[in-house]
Amino acid sequence: MGGYEHTFWILFLPAISFVLLGLLGRKYFNKSAGLIGVFLLLLTTALSLYNAYQYFFVNGLVDGVYLKIDAFKFTWLTFSPGVSIDMGILLDPISVMMLVVVSSVSLMVHIFSLGYMKGEERFATYYSFLGLFTFAMLGLVVSSNLFQMYMFWELVGISSYLLIGFYFQRPSAVAASKKAFIVTRFADLGFLIGILMLAFYGGSLDFNTIIQHLSAHQSSEYLAATTASFLGVTALTWGLTLVFMGGAGKSAMFPLHVWLPDAMEGPTPVSALIHAATMVVAGVYLVARLFPLYALNGASLEIVLNVGLFTALFAAIIACTQTDIKRVLAYSTMSQIGFMMFALGVSGTQGEQGLGYTASMFHLFTHAFFKSLLFLGAGAVIHFVHSNEMKDMGGLRKWMPLTHVVFLVACLAIAGIPPFAGFFSKEEILLASYNKSLWVYTIALITSGLTAFYMFRLYFSIFWRKEYNGHSHPQEGSMSMKIPLIILAICSALVGFIPFGKFVSVDSQPQETHFHLMFSILPVILGVVGILIALLMYKKENDRPQSMAKAFGSFYRAAKNKFYMDELYLFVTKNIIFKWVGRPSAWFDRKVVDGSMNEIANLTLETSKAIKGMQSGKIQRYAMYFFGGIAFLIILFVYILK
Amino acid sequence: MNLSLLIIIPTIFSLLLLFVNGLKQVRTVSLIAAVLQFAISIFLTIQYFTEKTANKAAFLFEQNYQWFKTPNINYHVGVDGVSVAMIALTAFVILAGVLVSWKMEKLNKEFFFLLLFLSIGAYGFFISLDLFTMFFFLEVAVIPKFILIGIWGSGRKEFSAMKLILMLMAGSALIFVGLAGLYFNTSGNGSFDMLKIASDNISPELQRLFFPFVFIGFGIFTALFPFHTWVPDGHSSAPTAASMFLAGISMKLGGYGCLRAATYMMPEGAAFYSDAIIILACIGILYGAFATMMQTDLKYINAYSSVSHNGFVLLGIGLLTKTAITGAVLQMISHGLMTALFFAVIGMIYDRTHTREVVKMSGLLKITPFISSAFVIVGLVSLGLPGFSGFVAEMTVFMGGWQKGSMFYYVATIVACASIVVTAVYILRVIGSVIMGPLKVKGEKQVVYADATWYEKSSIVLLMAGILVVGILPFAVLRLIS
Repeated sequence: MGGYEHTFWILFLPAISFVLLGLLGRKYFNKSAGLIGVFLLLLTTALSLYNAYQYFFVNGLVDGVYLKIDAFKFTWLTFSPGVSIDMGILLDPISVMMLVVVSSVSLMVHIFSLGYMKGEERFATYYSFLGLFTFAMLGLVVSSNLFQMYMFWELVGISSYLLIGFYFQRPSAVAASKKAFIVTRFADLGFLIGILMLAFYGGSLDFNTIIQHLSAHQSSEYLAATTASFLGVTALTWGLTLVFMGGAGKSAMFPLHVWLPDAMEGPTPVSALIHAATMVVAGVYLVARLFPLYALNGASLEIVLNVGLFTALFAAIIACTQTDIKRVLAYSTMSQIGFMMFALGVSGTQGEQGLGYTASMFHLFTHAFFKSLLFLGAGAVIHFVHSNEMKDMGGLRKWMPLTHVVFLVACLAIAGIPPFAGFFSKEEILLASYNKSLWVYTIALITSGLTAFYMFRLYFSIFWRKEYNGHSHPQEGSMSMKIPLIILAICSALVGFIPFGKFVSVDSQPQETHFHLMFSILPVILGVVGILIALLMYKKENDRPQSMAKAFGSFYRAAKNKFYMDELYLFVTKNIIFKWVGRPSAWFDRKVVDGSMNEIANLTLETSKAIKGMQSGKIQRYAMYFFGGIAFLIILFVYILK
Repeated sequence: MNLSLLIIIPTIFSLLLLFVNGLKQVRTVSLIAAVLQFAISIFLTIQYFTEKTANKAAFLFEQNYQWFKTPNINYHVGVDGVSVAMIALTAFVILAGVLVSWKMEKLNKEFFFLLLFLSIGAYGFFISLDLFTMFFFLEVAVIPKFILIGIWGSGRKEFSAMKLILMLMAGSALIFVGLAGLYFNTSGNGSFDMLKIASDNISPELQRLFFPFVFIGFGIFTALFPFHTWVPDGHSSAPTAASMFLAGISMKLGGYGCLRAATYMMPEGAAFYSDAIIILACIGILYGAFATMMQTDLKYINAYSSVSHNGFVLLGIGLLTKTAITGAVLQMISHGLMTALFFAVIGMIYDRTHTREVVKMSGLLKITPFISSAFVIVGLVSLGLPGFSGFVAEMTVFMGGWQKGSMFYYVATIVACASIVVTAVYILRVIGSVIMGPLKVKGEKQVVYADATWYEKSSIVLLMAGILVVGILPFAVLRLIS
């Protein structure tokens, strides 16, 4: 397809950054690595924006429908006729949008890290990992093929692993990086099996072809996939659910979320990029990518809805009790991704009913900006306070006025206060869930109120509450840290005004966004109430938080301990897998399998000792064996075998 | 292209080694030999590609000389894509093996002699089209291992050498019974010629009778459960280059034999035992992975993981679909390169720390970034990261398994897939404790080691290049082997 050759460079530039800095960075560019990375990312971002402009405003829209454009495609690995991994670049509204999100947030993080990671011994390595991540994430979003997506999915996972474990001398970072990779790997097992199923029934790995084959009710593929069943569930539902399992792992949906809070061990800019804005929404993106299939298959969409909804509430409750500011943000991320997920769950496939889909993508878009802003702001704070704990902060607004303002903007945005970005996207989600069922709407509303509460709890605890009396002298960071904060704050304030439905919708047809003023009153009031409660409890030091905690009693303790999910996992892995599977396997191998091999050897030895007397050297003996043998053979052949 | 060059060159150079003295001369001669082999294998690959477009014959560059007239044994050689790939693999591993042994002090002349001698066996094995010739070269590649482990090994080396040789010999005996069975049942006077046997259509009953002999025999070489127990002991006692050869090539002799001598010669037999092979392979894959999880010695970890990874080779062969067999071949190449690299890196770590116990060292990344990065990367290859060879191979096997389309194969594929999680667990555990964490070796916090030397670096880079080629350009490799 003409006119989109530049998209290749969008992917390729971060890859250059990775290879160049990875191989030569340590030796030659340890000082300049940051600038090289920023420069390449700047080009990538410019290309992504240009690409979005081209697609949305110049030639993407034909006859009222946004085209799906294969900008680039070649067969990478053929399995069997029709089933192959293609490396391609698929442009459609969501991938074009994601290119912008990923590259711009990545650029901000690249710039921010110039100041944040300054003086780091492995500075170049850090930037090369960032390049790897950006490349992998961009590759993921433009994938035209399910398996291609899986590949980049894994690469994203490994770059996340490398970056979480960046401070490799810290045992907690090592443990966290392992946990993140293994938990998501476990989820990816589901994804992989799901892919195998979809490929088997869909007869292809290409997104468009699979969707075509499996969504036409008359097609032979669809019939095969819906008649075959296992445990009373059709193969199609199994396949989609397993694929969703992969998405749930990456997007930290309950119960596969345990890795995300620990992943905060990585450098804070990394948390902003990977564990807030981009990688963790990959699961949402995956479901959106295969949405026509989920939408037709009620059962799997139901699972998406319920998992998303539950996670949103569950994470919001935990977020209210955590004291490590990055962990609060991590749980808040989980909760917001839950919003995106259930928004997809309530969506339909046509026109107005597809509001949930648009809303989900819109929230993904706005969330990327305000959440990365929150993390970078938190990073700036941590950088100078040298602690993640709320108790070591307080009163910072005087020391870090800029950070204070941008953080406030981000908090207002996530709390859904107009006119900040989160308001618009959350509004759409609430509306979509209201159309679906009152039950979903109620939970969404409660969660939204909780969001406002815990975010302002965080805000007041960091910037108000008391006079700062720590040992370090907090101050604003260098220019490179300020600029991204300002840009992101502007985005967080303004991107809500984009008429998102015009660009992204479930059937690729631009839609008018209707704004329901009456409808938005209730959520905003709830948000304000949440903020006010936080104000009462945390603006000044007082004993209200303690009495509140007491009032909730064991529920509070359970939430503070993250509902004991980590303990449960630890029990399963340590006591069951290691003790009852791993150790017996190793023991069995050494004692039984190998033991029997050794026994055979011993037996041979013993036998040969026993019979060595036969080789006596006495002619008479040999003659006896000889004739005895002949007699035996004669009997054998003549009488028995004939 | 004269295939016999592959045998002649190492022969000449190994003889030449007898006339030189001192480490410097010995290793120079060996390096020249290894580089020449490497060049020939690359040249062969290119030649094969060009020749293949014109020539549609199954085997290219055939040569056929009579060896023993009466029993009708011929020196019959020729290559197809799979053997070309295996030859290239051998050349990679031998060159890397010579490089890592650069500082071999003890009896260096004998050591390099045996190393070259092994390569004669491997090349001869891969080019043979006559089963007897093939068997002959197989034995050539087995015997030196006994000496290599027994003399240059570590730990319980005598025991391990004995165990390895006995089990491999038992395998050889089984193979020979099977081959003899084939020989006497060909039409006419009896023949070991593969092309003839394959076209003869030996009756299904006989195939069923002889298939297990050949398959299990070669299976022992490639760590078929439950005959894999020589692997951990043998590998862990062997010196670095011998481990590399053992895991990188020797186990592939088994896989190649299972494919060429068992499955291609006796397709009906293979179909009959397919389910049994799949079950054993799946046990090997998952159980090997779980057993790896509990190991604490770096070499044992890689040895057990080899059991698990070679399970994919057997699984691919057992599945008997084109996709799965392609996957098996890819896995052979991939595992050969990967495990050789793994052993090389483990050897480098051992040379510095003098321990292979995982719990006794941590944080090596701080002082030896190059070696440690190589360790991390090879770990990632092992856990099947896209972009590296392991991913391509495993996914091809999975796809081939699933497409057989019945519950038995689904379960087998899922069991095999589950290993990717267990592999991640054991690999990341090792990386987490050896490479990452605070620096500490045997209780010492202040340790200084030199990072990789030029010869270590070049062997790492060489094998890594191979892994990346397969991982990033699988379509090129596929064109070769399909």
